[in-house]
Amino acid sequence: MTKCLILSMEEWAEKKNKKKIVVEKINLKIGEFTCVEPISLINTFNAAVLGSWLDSSEITIETIPFEGKCSKCNRLYFPKKENGYKSPCCNFNLEEIISGRELKIASIDFKEK
Amino acid sequence: MHLPISDKIELNILHQNSHQAEKNKVKFNNYNLLCLNIMSSPGAGKTRLLEITLEDLSKKFHSAVLEGDMTTNLDAARLEKLNIPVVPITTGRACHLDANMVCGGLKLLEKKINPDLLDILLVENVGNLVCPAEFEIGEHFKVALLSITEGEDKPLKYPIMFREADLILITKVDLLPHLNFDINELKSNIASTNPKADVIEISSITKSGFDLWQDWIRKKILKFKNN
Repeated sequence: MTKCLILSMEEWAEKKNKKKIVVEKINLKIGEFTCVEPISLINTFNAAVLGSWLDSSEITIETIPFEGKCSKCNRLYFPKKENGYKSPCCNFNLEEIISGRELKIASIDFKEK
Repeated sequence: MHLPISDKIELNILHQNSHQAEKNKVKFNNYNLLCLNIMSSPGAGKTRLLEITLEDLSKKFHSAVLEGDMTTNLDAARLEKLNIPVVPITTGRACHLDANMVCGGLKLLEKKINPDLLDILLVENVGNLVCPAEFEIGEHFKVALLSITEGEDKPLKYPIMFREADLILITKVDLLPHLNFDINELKSNIASTNPKADVIEISSITKSGFDLWQDWIRKKILKFKNN
């Protein structure tokens, strides 16, 4: 995932002329229902970019809640592992996921040299 | 230095992989080749499943395998004995196959056989219940294996894998009489995580469930070919 993030940043920077910018912050939106542990992503990113053009950039992560929709009564709810992800209102299985699958670079804060 | 600028890009971190996966899928479609992504934890029985499946399947359909493994070609060597085209993909330190690796594997496969002659490509992913679930490879269907020795709670502990799967094969069910294992609890946990998935109980020892699994594949191939 870290590699994918760095590749995405490289691709973005190519359009901006990488040599003329300094990236200050990479603002991510990471859903709770993904295979990404935010602190691990930050740590591996910091290690991977040491000495590179992204060395001074900081990662911020906005966690997007895992939210489902009960297919019986249409109520939104926060699925919990302890409850088998079922809706607390009708005890229905998790069918529709409203949010929590996000793996996004929301924005990049940078300065031109 | 100038004032800071905020570029709001809202870009999927995995977009490069997704883009390559789409390109792979276009290739598979052009070859009229159904692709299954076979995933599980290490030791759930993926390779043995493929050995038994291909013995029968390759009599009816032209089949090939991309065999993902971190460090060895041991599994690929087992499947090559079935006289079908097998391309090993050694991922090195990576714990999953990504779309680029599968693209490379497909190029090597093209050197072995004209994929136009194939009906089905089985991609055995690296044994791991986490990362393979997030990385599309261009497959048409995802198949997840879960052996009963892993415990009833795994669909809840690794929900992305079991949520993403189109078919879940519960493997090693011949061991049921010897274990304190509640298969109904497992099925309930699967249904909680992914109510839409097909579920088949299977044993590579007794061969129970293989008729259902083979039938599932056969229907998917025929439907794919007729579309």
